[in-house]
Amino acid sequence: MNTSSAVSQGHGHGDGMTVSHFISTYVFSKDHKMIGLQFLFTTLLWFIVGGLLALGIRWQLAYPWSDMPIIGGRLFSAEGGQISPEFYTTLFTMHATVMIFFVIIPILAGAFGNYLIPLMIGADDMAFPTLNMLSYWFMWPAFICIGISFLTPPYGAGGGWTSYPPLSAVRAAAPGSQMAQTWWLMGVTLVGISSMMGSVNYMTTIIQMRAPGLSMFRLPLTIWSMFITAVLQAFALPVLTAGGVMQILDRMLGTGFFVPEGLIVNNADMITGGGQPLLWQHLFWFYSHPAVYIMILPAMGMVSDILSCFARKPIFGYKPMVYSISGIAGLGFIVWGHHMFVSGMNPMLGMTFMVSTMMIALPSAVKVFNWLGTIWGGKIEFTTPMLFSLSFVSMFVIGGLSGIFMAATPVDIFIHDTYYIVAHFHYVLFCGTAMAVMGAIYFWFPKMFGRAMNETAGKWHFFLTFLFMNGTFYLMHILGAVGFPRRLADPYHYETFKHLLPMNRFITWCAIGMVVSQIIFAVNFFYSIFKGQKVGRNPWRCNSIEWFCPSPPVGHGNFDAQPIVYRGPYEYGSPEVDTDHYPQTQPPPDGVKSSEEVH
Amino acid sequence: MGRFWSLLFLLVPVLGVAVFVFAVVPGGVFDNHWLPEDISQHGKVIDDLFMFILYLTGVIFIVTGALMFWFCWKYDAEKNPEPVKFTHGSHTLEIVWSILPAAILLFIAIFQMDAWAENKMVYPIKDGKKKPPLALVTGRQFEWRIQYAGPDETIGTEDDLHVVNDLHVPVNDEVVLRVQSQDVLHSFFLPNVRIKHDLVPGMQQHVWFQTKKTGLYDIVCAELCGWGHYKMRGRLIVESEEDFEAWYANAVQEQTRTSHNVESDN
Repeated sequence: MNTSSAVSQGHGHGDGMTVSHFISTYVFSKDHKMIGLQFLFTTLLWFIVGGLLALGIRWQLAYPWSDMPIIGGRLFSAEGGQISPEFYTTLFTMHATVMIFFVIIPILAGAFGNYLIPLMIGADDMAFPTLNMLSYWFMWPAFICIGISFLTPPYGAGGGWTSYPPLSAVRAAAPGSQMAQTWWLMGVTLVGISSMMGSVNYMTTIIQMRAPGLSMFRLPLTIWSMFITAVLQAFALPVLTAGGVMQILDRMLGTGFFVPEGLIVNNADMITGGGQPLLWQHLFWFYSHPAVYIMILPAMGMVSDILSCFARKPIFGYKPMVYSISGIAGLGFIVWGHHMFVSGMNPMLGMTFMVSTMMIALPSAVKVFNWLGTIWGGKIEFTTPMLFSLSFVSMFVIGGLSGIFMAATPVDIFIHDTYYIVAHFHYVLFCGTAMAVMGAIYFWFPKMFGRAMNETAGKWHFFLTFLFMNGTFYLMHILGAVGFPRRLADPYHYETFKHLLPMNRFITWCAIGMVVSQIIFAVNFFYSIFKGQKVGRNPWRCNSIEWFCPSPPVGHGNFDAQPIVYRGPYEYGSPEVDTDHYPQTQPPPDGVKSSEEVH
Repeated sequence: MGRFWSLLFLLVPVLGVAVFVFAVVPGGVFDNHWLPEDISQHGKVIDDLFMFILYLTGVIFIVTGALMFWFCWKYDAEKNPEPVKFTHGSHTLEIVWSILPAAILLFIAIFQMDAWAENKMVYPIKDGKKKPPLALVTGRQFEWRIQYAGPDETIGTEDDLHVVNDLHVPVNDEVVLRVQSQDVLHSFFLPNVRIKHDLVPGMQQHVWFQTKKTGLYDIVCAELCGWGHYKMRGRLIVESEEDFEAWYANAVQEQTRTSHNVESDN
């Protein structure tokens, strides 16, 4: 608790607005709350960029080679307002890159991890506040690199977010494999460094700085999932960093780690060689598969807390939940080969990865059953965060079940790299994680700003997003069943896929509707920061420790009184007290020892 | 409002199942929006496995969706007078819902191993020897170069027959193809034959299949290979044995004639 008190000087709010004070409070702040908010605002801005890129993809798939309305003439004047095929490759590359590396990962770990970890464990800050500040500011070189990549013809990298060599490693292979690709690689590598700094901090903080009485098994599931996520990042990221550096070397110095001998690219013999393209795939997926769980586990944790709070009932199966998070993380390290079933990898190895992949569905299933158990027999309050969390469960079931198709190796032969997989990961990452993030924003907004977001607008936002996103992503399963391949600028010249244009048009209009619905959220968000209804410490009648401190938490240090923890965070409807919630910090009534002994 | 939201969540399994039913059942709005025609011998196993997993996951999808709706409907705070069931979980339930899915998943895993092995591991044997490839397929930005053995019956010699983008194969015969890439990754995808295999530069690989119907089908590149990836389209021409032989003889003759012309021009 006292390790960080030394850095809290100069962060109080009383000492006049000088420029240096402004910079130390809002720019180079070491306060975890400010860093969390910086991450939140930055990632939400990137969310807009990623969404617009997705609309570009959708436009081309609905109206191939037709003039893009409004902005087409400016963006693609050389092509008469059309998307060029090389720009199409950069569209989906940059959409995925932005959404994964600049939105989902940093909004979960960076924004919510930073904001919530110290508050939910009753600490006054992270263990290493300066490192924490650096982890945010290391995102900026990454932003700059990607920004330059966007400005380098053909306006972004074009090798897919997976950046498979030789396409990405050999400059002659594609217009998008020129300098844009190098800047892209440097950007992604820098994001990794930022995440590594964060993960060291999260692990140390959660292990070392918990409030008195807060044992590991009294932690909210949000914190458990953040903890396991940090472990995943710490162990998996160095591999991606190494791979990224190797690919940069391949490109800049011709080291040939991933480039085999005897290539003839664009009629030019490649002199370098001796490498193996599959090596990159192994290195890349050794990180990027655990990264899939980095992108879902914190969402699962936050959803668990929100479900329990608004069902007014303890989480069902707390320990099985913790074990399944750990199980997902452990198995998550040995399933990466399922991205490579048809890659030319030893088919025997494919079989091994198939079995481990099947098994990883198990902890996910256990979690779904426990969430259903949580809302069973409760008193459900349909608030906006609850609606988003319920939809997370509903949508995650779809994303989880469609994964079983891909895990079945013979089926994967057919649906690999089709829209089936596109449907699958959007159900997990958008309909799952992004919905959970929305729910979490509505849920913790009162703590962040001391004001609540508007509920009516929130429900409209939920309703429209829910409808449009299912309209967008559900039909992609059907496209995938026909074999409709991903990443094609114009799939309709194939006889097999010709008739799929009308369905794609429908999907595109749903996607446009989905993006437009987010305007409600943006307006609500900014309006509520300044004009939202003021709330007290604990507007949701929630149990965990962050609701024990003022909203927003006081200056740098968070708590106005030392939190002491008496029980776990899910004692809703406890018979020990008259209220329907029983905060972790509330001393038990006389004569009752601890609720731990009751169950 | 709890009633409204419960019904919204009920829409998920209802519409979700409806979409798949419309797609699977021929005719109607989603006609031809399902697995494309299968012309291969092995494809049925893959399609059956797909349908088996679809039914299995479909049941879980409907049950969880229905429970979700029912719990939201019944335990709506505005309508539910009963006190909260204060429970932290159930040991028995946890064990049941761990072991049951584990058994099902393990079953699927073991069940499919044969099909996988047939497709990727059991190389076709003819007369006690590995069957020689019918053709060499080379992926190249953005076309398929196909090379048949010439009259000397060996691929890789001067008299090879070269074809671009058109792969002729005889029907009902087990076809082995050697596949490779000249520049970047490509993926050799025959939707109607349920074949997909990445072509990795620097690696010599084989794919094999047996067709059961003649006709003209798509060859799709399924791995991003650059700006022209979308147009890397080939044609699979499945012919009767006689038609194939006739085409082959004709094509060899044609190629010999034109190459002689080139030589005499020099």
